[in-house]
Amino acid sequence: MSFEIDIARRIGERDITLSLSGGEGATVLVGRSGAGKTSVLNMIAGLLTPDRGRIVVAGETLFDAAAGIDVAPRRRRVGYVFQEARLFSHRRVRANLLYGAPEGADLDATAAMLGIAPLLDRWPRTLSGGEARRVAIGRALLSDPRFLLLDEPLSSLDRPRREDVMRAIERVRDEAGLPILMVTHDPEEAARIGTRIVEMR
Amino acid sequence: MSAEEWGIVLLSLKVGGAAMAATLPLAFALAWLLARRRFPGKLLVDAVIHLPLVVPPVVTGWVLLLLFAPAGPIGGVLERWFGVSVLFRWSGAAIAAGVMALPLMVRAMRLSIEAVDRRLEQAAETLGASPWRVFATVTLPLAFPGVLAAAVLGFARSIGEFGATITFVSNVPGETRTLPLAIYSALQVPGGEGAVWRLAAISVGLSLAALVASEWLARRMGRGTHVL
Repeated sequence: MSFEIDIARRIGERDITLSLSGGEGATVLVGRSGAGKTSVLNMIAGLLTPDRGRIVVAGETLFDAAAGIDVAPRRRRVGYVFQEARLFSHRRVRANLLYGAPEGADLDATAAMLGIAPLLDRWPRTLSGGEARRVAIGRALLSDPRFLLLDEPLSSLDRPRREDVMRAIERVRDEAGLPILMVTHDPEEAARIGTRIVEMR
Repeated sequence: MSAEEWGIVLLSLKVGGAAMAATLPLAFALAWLLARRRFPGKLLVDAVIHLPLVVPPVVTGWVLLLLFAPAGPIGGVLERWFGVSVLFRWSGAAIAAGVMALPLMVRAMRLSIEAVDRRLEQAAETLGASPWRVFATVTLPLAFPGVLAAAVLGFARSIGEFGATITFVSNVPGETRTLPLAIYSALQVPGGEGAVWRLAAISVGLSLAALVASEWLARRMGRGTHVL
């Protein structure tokens, strides 16, 4: 499993460009706020269209401006964990986790790995920030993705919650064996989680 | 209350219910188009939908009369193909009520659709959901309390319809004489004050109940506590 990303897009007065390739483990994208890190994730997920370049994951071309390829977000199989969790407020945690899950997905194993098994019957609005993040990670993992996109998964969490989520991400990296592309502005997080670190300017 | 007065109440509920049921899907489709799509002439469509809100109801009734008369474009088709006419019928009263309620329903539904967080729809998309599944499992359930509130509001408006109805389908006892028309008729008759009081009280009661229900549903929507 590998990915190869070479994209560019102009947003307002700013040119966002990124060229990276990676494989197993976690690739961490660092850069100050406003560098376009979230835009990069949106382009990889298919929610934002690059002006030029290409995105290849596991040998499949998801986007290629020159060849006119632009795979729909729902067919890209990216597990995208948004910065604001984006849980479905009208569905319980269990239904959120299973939203994108194929038949026979192992809900219990994923819930145990992330430490969210006791939360399954709760409504999203009753979750703490850290719990909501871990549910969002679980929901992305259960949708049978080919790789995981994490957008500032530790921001605005207090110390103990950060530690919970950090451990969950490390377990995903080491046990699920999915390539991870994570965005952060925090060098300490990057050093701890990243198998390799890429800086965006 | 006399049997005749109960009949008027039941007729009003029937006309209002039919008007709402028939208008609901159309209003939702229009609200969705206005909330989510950009197309040429959108401003004009928006304006035409809102016309019944500002044009004198008599004019709306007259236009309906032109359209549904046996020689009119819609009335002609109904007559030729189905052998029916809605003139002087309760179905005609329901059409008038539905047309008058449409702008209110579209407005309320549009707001509730616009209030749905697009980011949740994006999240559903990245989880592999088709556009139809996103609509059915995210957009519609989140907008649902607002849609229901709009329906109740439309029902209340339908029950109160007067000007377009009396112009379009006249004031036929037992067929098109709904609450407002019955109150108007009773006012014309010496000694009709008793009936006016009773029918007016029922009108106010029904409208108040509908408004309270509508507001309650809209608030539920605002809290984001959907259990559907």
